[in-house]
Amino acid sequence: MMRFKENLENYMFVLPAVAILAVFYIIPFFWVFKLGMYEWDGILPTKIFVGLSNFREIFTQDRIWWNSMLNAGYITLIALTLQNALAFSLAWACDRQIRLKNFYRLIFFIPPVLSEVVVGLVWQWILDGNYGLLNHTLIRMGFPQLVRHWLSDPNTALTTVALVHSWKGFGWGFLIFLAGLQTIPQQLYEAAKVDGANAWQSFKNITFPLMIPVTVLVGILTILGTMQGFILIIAMTDGGPVYHTQVPVLRILASMRGSSRFGYACAQGITFGFILIIVSFIQYRFSKRAQH
Amino acid sequence: MKRLIAIVLLGCAVFGLYSCAPKQAKKPTIVVWHWMTDRQAAFEQLAGEYEQKTGIKINFELYAPSDAYSQKTRAAAQCNTLPDIFGILAEKRVFASFVKAGHVLDLYPYMQQDGRSWQDSFFAKALAVNEFSQDNSYGVQPGIYGVPLDITTIQMIYNKDLFDEMGLDSDKPPQNFEEFLAVGRQIKQAGLQGMVAGLAEIWMIDCLANNFAFNIMGRNKVLATIRGEVAYTDPDWIKVLSLFKQMQDEGLLADGIVIMVNKVAEQLFANGRAVFAFNGSWCVNVYHSMNPALNYGVMLPPKINSEYPLSIWGGAGSSFMVNARSENREQVVEFLKWLTAEEQQAYLAQATNNLPSNKECLDDISPALAQFADDMDLTTHPNTWGVSELPLVTEAWNKGIQSIIIGEKTPQEVAVLVQVVKERELAKKRQ
Repeated sequence: MMRFKENLENYMFVLPAVAILAVFYIIPFFWVFKLGMYEWDGILPTKIFVGLSNFREIFTQDRIWWNSMLNAGYITLIALTLQNALAFSLAWACDRQIRLKNFYRLIFFIPPVLSEVVVGLVWQWILDGNYGLLNHTLIRMGFPQLVRHWLSDPNTALTTVALVHSWKGFGWGFLIFLAGLQTIPQQLYEAAKVDGANAWQSFKNITFPLMIPVTVLVGILTILGTMQGFILIIAMTDGGPVYHTQVPVLRILASMRGSSRFGYACAQGITFGFILIIVSFIQYRFSKRAQH
Repeated sequence: MKRLIAIVLLGCAVFGLYSCAPKQAKKPTIVVWHWMTDRQAAFEQLAGEYEQKTGIKINFELYAPSDAYSQKTRAAAQCNTLPDIFGILAEKRVFASFVKAGHVLDLYPYMQQDGRSWQDSFFAKALAVNEFSQDNSYGVQPGIYGVPLDITTIQMIYNKDLFDEMGLDSDKPPQNFEEFLAVGRQIKQAGLQGMVAGLAEIWMIDCLANNFAFNIMGRNKVLATIRGEVAYTDPDWIKVLSLFKQMQDEGLLADGIVIMVNKVAEQLFANGRAVFAFNGSWCVNVYHSMNPALNYGVMLPPKINSEYPLSIWGGAGSSFMVNARSENREQVVEFLKWLTAEEQQAYLAQATNNLPSNKECLDDISPALAQFADDMDLTTHPNTWGVSELPLVTEAWNKGIQSIIIGEKTPQEVAVLVQVVKERELAKKRQ
């Protein structure tokens, strides 16, 4: 009886969290999944049950959807490599005894706290083909051959958006990497130095292995954050030119608002969610193996 | 004890008398949702006047931008929490869904009262946008489901100062497509930007393409295509697509037009950075607020041929719908009658620089606005066609035009692609 009471007490403690999770995540997930099996415009009270045909259409006919997935993958790849390499390098630099390191910490964290819409509009102005600051600077510096319509040229639009996204997002990685670096005991470096290890050996044998869990965390957060990003893109290109900067969330919005296909948009949302879960799981397994 | 009983009885009598006394009916508060940022101040002014006159409070609640507003009305429709008055910012098929779901009151009986005086006060084309006719293809009970607040026409605007700079006669804008292309060549030579427009927005690119299509093949063939009786690979449609390639090749389209939203296009034109703009009559107010000194003229889109008449999009600009579930329906209708009466419409036209929907007020408008009003007879609007193109076909068509402009696809390739989507969607619809 005593044990039952103790168990009940424990369950009561987790009950609020479970209730919140159920109300805001689990029930909506199943609800969205159910809606994904209907043809519905989001307004009429009647819905037509179509089974899995929305999902079948996503997998067999919707090439634009899979293109948008590739675009998001490309932006994520740049974020995983360039953005995180930059974040790690800067965190590593700021972790050392350099002058003005607190000032740098503050500066590097400014882009992430800015509104994505504001960042998008400012960069749109900088990158404007005719009146943009970047092209103006390139001409002034004697490189007129590099002048481009960065956002409306299909050859440069996606990479430009990806680079702005990385600029906007590297501050989060920087902060987490810096926190991770500060947890590595200084004694390890001192002992390595006594044993005759140089800077590279210390980095390879101490910093790198101890930072793997942090890197995994940053990696997962980067994948999830970047794949789901869309506000910056709306502000800069609205997914254009044509479909060159379309990402899955913009496609979901287009299905829901543009085409009034609420059920199809729900099916896209569920498919996208599953893909993100699979990618995160693979990355987790991969990095766990690397850790061992 | 007796005294106590007497006090209780007296209390009951007083309470009973008070309860039975005729109560003054409480005046309702009418809630209006809208998206028109430039009109909020004028609406509030009118709301104040109406409250003074009738004691009924009107709350104009502004939700902007229009995308967010549109999403809010849809969500409210799902939850049955729409306000007394709202607007629907979407195509006719979405409007039809709102009506079929029982959210919109049929105003036809009210329009017929007093010898149709309310109905007759509006421009017929403005009212037609909110009307579902006997044979409508949406399955909606015939009726009038909205009140037009203002009217609009979408035309071309040109910068007179830049015309002078290029040595062109600013009082003689190009009339046909050849003349238009010739101006394009001069724009290119002068190193200026050609036309700006929100071609990143589906409806805008659709509007421009439809202007050309109506002139090239006529209304009947356009509607037959929407019904699926004519293919998009028809030479006339390829000709429509080719015009965009020609405009691009001749320097008529401003750089970056495919990712340009209309707000940006308006800013560029207002600042004298483009020779032409494709925009609606609401731009008079927008340009005035951005650059009061802007010297511009209004022209019809260039004519392609003379076989079919030129048509431009127009009709009702913004409309208000009455919530069929509102408890204050009668008061709401009375308020809308007042709002669209001559005096209030004249005030709105003067305060917001929009064309009034009440036809008695056109004498009071500014000369710039009058240029837009002059061509009201040429207007058409997709909401009056009785059929709507399938959404994925519209998307394929518009994205196809964008890909022609950036040189990625030819007009023929786009026509084939659009037809493939059309056939697939028609097959899906037949299932």
